[in-house]
Amino acid sequence: MTQITANTAIEESLGARAWRWVRAVNPVYLIALALLVWVGIRNPVFFQPDNFLTFLQRATPLMILTAGQVFVLVSGGFDLSVGSVVTSTVIIGAILANNDPNATWWVILALLLGGFIVGLVNGAVTTFLKVPSLIATLGMLLIAKGIGLFWSGGAPRGYLPDNFRMWGRGGIEGLFGLQDFPYAVIVLVVFGVGYWLLLHRLNYGRQLLALGDNPRAARLSGVNVNLVRISAFVICSMTAVVAGVLLGGRGGVSIEAGTGLEMQSIAAAVLGGTMLLGGRGSIPAAMTGALALELLFTLLNLMGLPKPLRDAVQGLIIIGAVAYTAYSTRRTR
Amino acid sequence: MTAITPTASSPSLLARARAWLRDSQIPPVYGILVIIFIAAILLDAVFGIDDQLFIFNQTILTNILVRSVALGIVAVGQTFVMLGASIDLSVAYMISVTAVGASYLMAGDPGRVWWTVLVLFGVGLLVGLVNGLLVGRLKINALIATLGIGLILRGLLNATFENFAGSVPASFQSFAYDTIGPLPISVLVLFLVVLAGWFVLRRTKYGAHLYAVGGSEEVARLSGLRTGRVLVVAHMICSATAVLTGLFVVSRLRAGAPWVGTDGLYDLESIAATVIGGTALSGGKGGVWGTLAGVLIFSILDTMFNQIGIDAYMKQILRGAIIILAVGFYTFRSRAEQG
Repeated sequence: MTQITANTAIEESLGARAWRWVRAVNPVYLIALALLVWVGIRNPVFFQPDNFLTFLQRATPLMILTAGQVFVLVSGGFDLSVGSVVTSTVIIGAILANNDPNATWWVILALLLGGFIVGLVNGAVTTFLKVPSLIATLGMLLIAKGIGLFWSGGAPRGYLPDNFRMWGRGGIEGLFGLQDFPYAVIVLVVFGVGYWLLLHRLNYGRQLLALGDNPRAARLSGVNVNLVRISAFVICSMTAVVAGVLLGGRGGVSIEAGTGLEMQSIAAAVLGGTMLLGGRGSIPAAMTGALALELLFTLLNLMGLPKPLRDAVQGLIIIGAVAYTAYSTRRTR
Repeated sequence: MTAITPTASSPSLLARARAWLRDSQIPPVYGILVIIFIAAILLDAVFGIDDQLFIFNQTILTNILVRSVALGIVAVGQTFVMLGASIDLSVAYMISVTAVGASYLMAGDPGRVWWTVLVLFGVGLLVGLVNGLLVGRLKINALIATLGIGLILRGLLNATFENFAGSVPASFQSFAYDTIGPLPISVLVLFLVVLAGWFVLRRTKYGAHLYAVGGSEEVARLSGLRTGRVLVVAHMICSATAVLTGLFVVSRLRAGAPWVGTDGLYDLESIAATVIGGTALSGGKGGVWGTLAGVLIFSILDTMFNQIGIDAYMKQILRGAIIILAVGFYTFRSRAEQG
């Protein structure tokens, strides 16, 4: 196969070679690049460092949420509960902290612990009760949101103190000569690099991919499949808590904070070439998928489309992009 | 059959009952249904906020059935696509589109009912066709494809309507409120839909094809089935049931608003009811009678929660837990690896 392509490549025109190269790249990078250019044309000041960082700050929650979702997706599962976990993080965080700056740290720790428990339950139900993860996390979607709303009585109450909210909306003044370097972007980099290492450079990632590809083979080759699978759910839920802290910081307390994020994160991951039902996925590509979605929202906003039509276009683009991905992966196989 | 089982020579009553149950092909979910029904009666007796037990109250019993109609009809359609190893997340939006479309197009005029209904079924079949083509022909993952279609429907609907629009004529409301003797028409419709679903699945060639495609698309294709076409038809059936549910919802509410489908959680609950009813997410196994039991379980629980006065959000928590436990009830014995 490589022999043939190498020979023909010599006689290929430059255009054909460029086209082949384009086809070899994960399409999500091209989509993101195209959207980036388009947004830049519509809004030339978009690329000014401060503006761009503000955009990244807004994109961070979905991007890290997607990275967390990838862990569950490549293991062969789904996590539909992340949106509810985000909502409950915001609601419960506001109740617990109740505008007391001294409480912030233990509240964030408590929320992370809550995320840990949610992930543990998701993973244990999937692993030991053998409930399909779609159903297990669908049940958790109802439970997690129910707990948040039950606790708060259905309407948001309490306040998030400023040092809680700084993670989502604040920044370091004067760093790199910028007005404000958002904390969220630092979180984004830390999670991006950390998760990339974890999935693509460490043994754990290889075990997870093997599990998603063929659980039986993974088990027989000595992978502790139960532990690996449960840990994927825990990573995903705890990441959702982090995303919730950031979103609560940026947007304040709302019972709609996480609505729709479960599907957005799955769509973004699939846009990035993550295979549903497991076995293949990439953190950088999936995060780029989330970035592309956020760029799309920005673009549609710039074009002045009303919010409902933005939903419709979003649906069209997701179908189109996934159709293209499905088409190109079928060809290369 | 009983002759083959070793205990048959001197079977105890219990063993004979078990053998009969095994042979009768009653889906195991009916066991859960009975357990939940009994539990509901006991809980009502102990914690009920009024003196009367709900099983002696005909209004409540009828209400349980009527409550099942909306979810039940669309869950039958969901069972079809899930038997084909697909899934439909767009049904909730289809229900909203139907409800709003019906009350807007009918505008209270009984003369416009028939063509409105035809138009809406046309729209539903078209949406199902698109879903089916995306899943069956373009091989896009069903979760993503139907989510995308759902977003498009929601976007178009919300861009056009913001609130309740128009109303259906009083005559159309008889679908939701009239009864034949003691039996509400809507319950009869649900029963007919389930019966039709059972007939198509178990007594027609198409049904056999659908099970084959869901069991293994590869094998089905190699044995000469046009698997794409089978899935397209399943998706069209599913969207049509969503339209019927939408019509029932709007005939109850008198007017449709863009949020009636999504607020009812018809997408996730129809999937949950189907899975609780014993239809495998991986396709090829299950049926509509199981789904009906799954839907009844939901309505009984809802009624019981109301009877003992449980907080709305606590209800949601319990609902989630029960979905997980009910499915776990018969998956935990299986040794297959799950995703």
